[in-house]
Amino acid sequence: MARSLRIFLATLILSMGAAPIVGAVEPDEVLEDEALEERARALSRQLRCVVCQSQNIDDSNAPLAKDMRILLRERLMAGDSDEEIIEFLVDRYGDYILLKPPVQQNTILLWAAPFIIFLIAGAGAGAYLIAMKKRNRDEPDDKAGNEAT
Amino acid sequence: MKRLAFLLPLIIFALISIYFAAGLKRDPSRIPSALIDRPVPEFSMPAISEDIPPFSTNDIADKITLINVFASWCISCHVEHPFLMELSKRDDLYIAGLNWKERAGDGEAWLKQYGNPYDFVGDDPDGRVAIDFGVTGAPETFIVDAKGRIRFRFAGPITEPVWERDIKPVIDAIKNEGAGVGA
Repeated sequence: MARSLRIFLATLILSMGAAPIVGAVEPDEVLEDEALEERARALSRQLRCVVCQSQNIDDSNAPLAKDMRILLRERLMAGDSDEEIIEFLVDRYGDYILLKPPVQQNTILLWAAPFIIFLIAGAGAGAYLIAMKKRNRDEPDDKAGNEAT
Repeated sequence: MKRLAFLLPLIIFALISIYFAAGLKRDPSRIPSALIDRPVPEFSMPAISEDIPPFSTNDIADKITLINVFASWCISCHVEHPFLMELSKRDDLYIAGLNWKERAGDGEAWLKQYGNPYDFVGDDPDGRVAIDFGVTGAPETFIVDAKGRIRFRFAGPITEPVWERDIKPVIDAIKNEGAGVGA
């Protein structure tokens, strides 16, 4: 029992470690140059699959995602920089293709929102704490007053 | 003041609810095209058949061109096909096909069987030209004015209601601008 549990846990941990490496990249897509392949994988993890939308093109096995993986590998082979490849795809598919939205005029609220909410919550918590402190300080006086009567 | 402290979270919640309710009505699968009002990409595709002329950027010159991404394996393409046949009777626009990721011969056979609405058809077996157009699936339709600018994109089958609601106004606007016929 304990042994099978150990094996189960070991398998679970191993498979969890392996999952992020696998993706949907097929063997015939992989580049021989390991450094280039590494860049290709990193790039394709930043790019959204426009068919399945919640997946990146590295994970997606949609035919269009495969086309894009091959395309970006070809561009890498041709000597394009990462920025040039991203620009190429943004030109055609818009910012939508980027899983991480760029910080720009129409996304500034999106990026700033967590900080704004944090500030509001902080101000609220601060006001509450100050009020509590004030009340705590007031209480002994009340007690003193009560005892006096 | 105290009442405000109780009401404020409720008001914030109501505002957020309205925002999300509006968001629910939007279809997340409708991705805006990055190409609207930009010139058509440069491309030159080979023909799929001896009877139908091939399609390249130069063919978009003297009329409004409707570019339709299609394939014989695409089921919704069967849905819109009769309407494209109907449109092909008009002489104020070209209908061009981008035969997307098709096995050699399949596109030709399909058009032979169901009829050919296209003035030009270009073969794009590896999907490269489709990526230049920012295509996300088939069918997809672009309206290009006679000056070669992409004016409209629609993802999904075009049918009579879609034409009346979305495409006809675009065609009318192009004509009003005088961009419906080339110089």
